[in-house]
Amino acid sequence: MESLLTLPNVLAGLTMVALNAYVLFGGADFGGGVWDLLASGERREQQRELITHAIGPIWEANHVWLVLVVVLLFTCFPPVFATLSILLHIPLALMLIGIVLRGSAFTFRSYGSEHDAEQRRWGRLFAIASLLTPVLLGISIGAIASGGVGGAMRLDRARGASDFAELYVAPWLTPFSVGVGVLALALFAFLAAVYLTVEAGDERLREDFRARALWGALAVFVVAFVVLIIALATDTHVGPGLTRSAWAIPFHAATGVAALWAIWALWARRFRTARVAAAAQVTLILWGWVLGQYPYLIPPTVTIDAAAAPERTLNLTLWALALGAMVLFPSLAYLFRVFKGRPEAFERME
Amino acid sequence: MYCKAPAGVTNMSDLLAARSQMGMSLAFHIIFAVVGIGMPVLMVVAESRWHRTGDAVYLDLAKRWAKGTAILFAVGAVSGTVLSFELGLLWPEFMRFGGAIIGMPFSLEGFAFFTEAIFLGVYLYGWDRIAVSTHIAAGTIVAISGAASAVFVVIANAWMNTPRGFDILDGKPVNVDPIAAMFTPAAFPEVLHMVLAAYTATGFAVAGIHAFLLLRDNRNAFHRRALSVALLVGVPAAIAQPFSGDISARYVARWQPAKLAAAEGQFRTERRAPLRVGGIPDEAARETRYALEIPRGLSLLAFHDPDAEVKGLEAFPESDWPPVAPVHYAFQIMVGLGTYMALVAIWALITRWRKRQPAENRWLLRAIAVAAPMGFICIEAGWTVTEVGRQPWIVYEIVRTADAVTPMPGLVVPFVVFTLLYLFLGAIVVWLLSRHVMGSPRVAEAEAEPAAGRAL
Ligand code: HDD
Ligand code: HEM
Ligand code: HEM
Repeated sequence: MESLLTLPNVLAGLTMVALNAYVLFGGADFGGGVWDLLASGERREQQRELITHAIGPIWEANHVWLVLVVVLLFTCFPPVFATLSILLHIPLALMLIGIVLRGSAFTFRSYGSEHDAEQRRWGRLFAIASLLTPVLLGISIGAIASGGVGGAMRLDRARGASDFAELYVAPWLTPFSVGVGVLALALFAFLAAVYLTVEAGDERLREDFRARALWGALAVFVVAFVVLIIALATDTHVGPGLTRSAWAIPFHAATGVAALWAIWALWARRFRTARVAAAAQVTLILWGWVLGQYPYLIPPTVTIDAAAAPERTLNLTLWALALGAMVLFPSLAYLFRVFKGRPEAFERME
Repeated sequence: MYCKAPAGVTNMSDLLAARSQMGMSLAFHIIFAVVGIGMPVLMVVAESRWHRTGDAVYLDLAKRWAKGTAILFAVGAVSGTVLSFELGLLWPEFMRFGGAIIGMPFSLEGFAFFTEAIFLGVYLYGWDRIAVSTHIAAGTIVAISGAASAVFVVIANAWMNTPRGFDILDGKPVNVDPIAAMFTPAAFPEVLHMVLAAYTATGFAVAGIHAFLLLRDNRNAFHRRALSVALLVGVPAAIAQPFSGDISARYVARWQPAKLAAAEGQFRTERRAPLRVGGIPDEAARETRYALEIPRGLSLLAFHDPDAEVKGLEAFPESDWPPVAPVHYAFQIMVGLGTYMALVAIWALITRWRKRQPAENRWLLRAIAVAAPMGFICIEAGWTVTEVGRQPWIVYEIVRTADAVTPMPGLVVPFVVFTLLYLFLGAIVVWLLSRHVMGSPRVAEAEAEPAAGRAL
């Protein structure tokens, strides 16, 4: 067996690490928007306030992970970036609209207005945009994983010309991709609820989010199950990867253990543990996909090696990442220490 | 609607839509990006003055500026994200060709974004959580990383203007050297000019707003201090800008003669070329009419030699001409307004040297107030010169813009959608800022008036 640690593999792996970070941090910020929309009960306003406080100082930093994914993709795997941008133009453009509206509406609400009605209007926009964006991100990933994009590439090559819908809509508008979109939404909402149990200073507020986290876990379970059925029932590329590859069994086992662990921890009110377990669960799901389609970046057409940039570029990018990490991680640690270290600080501020 | 549109055949209106969308998105983003580079400097100066002198008006100033900056920064961050996707959504073949070559500055820029966003979070939300000196340090890091992100992204743009660091084999780049691609002839002039532009534009915009308010309310301590901080940043940059523009013009003359010819409306190749002020370029007749011509001016400015030969557009096949009129007009606007701002800056400087208060001189205040939007207009105009002047190339003399565009038909739809989205955001931002940031200093007046004094 040849070594897995080739330069292209390492950079593909790091790109996925960046995506992983975006999902864990940025994803939870979107999940926060979901709970903003679903805020209910007598503590509705406190719930929204907690979400605002939790997202406020960090969402822009969390958001940069997505930019890093894009940059790494076009630097290290330019043909993949080009192909995905062409065939997934529509969902990606829609996702961008969601990103723009989410970020700006959130800021307009926090900084802009003092009037309740106006605040509520921005809050509504923020929440709806938070709902749409993860679904479109998931759809795009689903379109890659299922071989939809790869299939359209072949079609394009074979015929030279093709129908608009066949090239620009069919690859991503499939039951499987939409399923992955809903799964992404459920996962982000679940993550956010679990994180918020840790951030809540008030006991009752914490219970609110504990209940939401448990419902979120159930939603994740149901949606994941449905997606798996669709994958097996339809002719996607993921089915075999998910079930037959050497990684499959240990990965599914680990993911299941993490999921149960998260639920147990929530049940037992061990919120910090639940946070770790939920993050582990989401991470394992993501890597299950990545490893399931290895060595393809766009299955079943483009492999990591075929798409890789020249070695010198990869080498330098690796150095840039190492250098960047030395600046980034201490800064991030500082950011989170200032704002996340003391949940009770929010209460003191009120 | 687009059922039978053939893929792979680019039609002209799609290309036009893609170019318009790119230009529109960039023109939108640059406003917020410039604020993200300039405002942290202003806030840090104000907060440091408060820290040093204990004058609370400065703290008030820093806080109020921070509020506006938070709104603008968020819009800058999301519109920047749109841009990084648009590189692929609109120009996939450009990225296929150039991604591996210019990824380096973009990767470094990514980390600049991280430090900027992280410490901006600390700065905006950390007023009561960290020590004052730490807070000022956080602001300083934001300022540095803002400038750094401009440096890196402009380096990428410089490569599009003067591509280096690769060879071409069968239409594909080989022997890629990302480091050489960062240090191209355009890199230094563009970076210098852009960073100065950011300080000029923010400095003069803030100074202009407060000068305007001082004209109505001359004793207001809040506005006086704001004016002094803003001028501190804007004046040196505005004075340096024509010199930096001269460096840019000379690199363009040497490496992109067609762009210079378009900017100057120079159709004929000639020695002792005149410098044209104004004028209407007529592409069909190949002449620029009604311009005020300063003999030998262009040869002198572009090559520092009154007898130097300047290449005119006639030296290039017409298929390689950029659109002449927009480039020419944009260049005239930039140079005209840039000269005005530099003169006003010198006036303000002389006023200070003579130990006078700029705030006491109503004519100077008027001159500054008029300049408020000029830096931003110059930036839009300057980028029009750079980007439209590079046409029809996306990578100068290597890849044509028409060959780089996405094959997806119907591009006018995303163009219209994103334009509406940005119009909406722009309107909201203007409305929020005018209501919450500009409307507020009356509070400061009441608080600060007794302590106002003469201090500046
Ligand atoms: C406050 C803004 C501002 C001001 C006062 C000026 N410029 Fe400028 N100019 C820019 C802002 C700008 C810019 C928007 O930042 C550009 C676009 C690309 C770049 O590097 O800077 C630019 C580009 C640009 C270019 C094209 C460079 C290229 O294509 O790469 C030239 C030749 C000049 N400028 C020359 C001048 C001269 C002779 C000025 C004399 C007053 C001047 N600029 C003032
Ligand atoms: C932010 C300031 C900038 C503005 C206002 C600006 C403006 C424009 C405009 C008006 C166009 C359309 C030109 C035409 O087709 O006639 C354009 C094209 C383009 N710009 Fe810029 N630009 C800016 C900075 C940059 C930077 C820093 C980069 C790259 C890293 C860049 C990359 C591109 C690309 C890829 C295109 C499309 C291809 C082309 O038309 O040549 N731009 N820009
Ligand atoms: C001369 C042109 C440009 C300058 C000076 C510039 C500068 C900046 C600055 C200072 C920021 C910080 C955010 C803010 O202030 O609002 C920013 C944000 C951003 N810019 Fe630009 N930019 C330019 C063009 C571009 C282009 C061409 C791209 C992409 C292709 C881009 C991508 C981004 C991204 C992704 C962000 C968001 C970073 C975050 O999430 O915080 N920018 N830009």
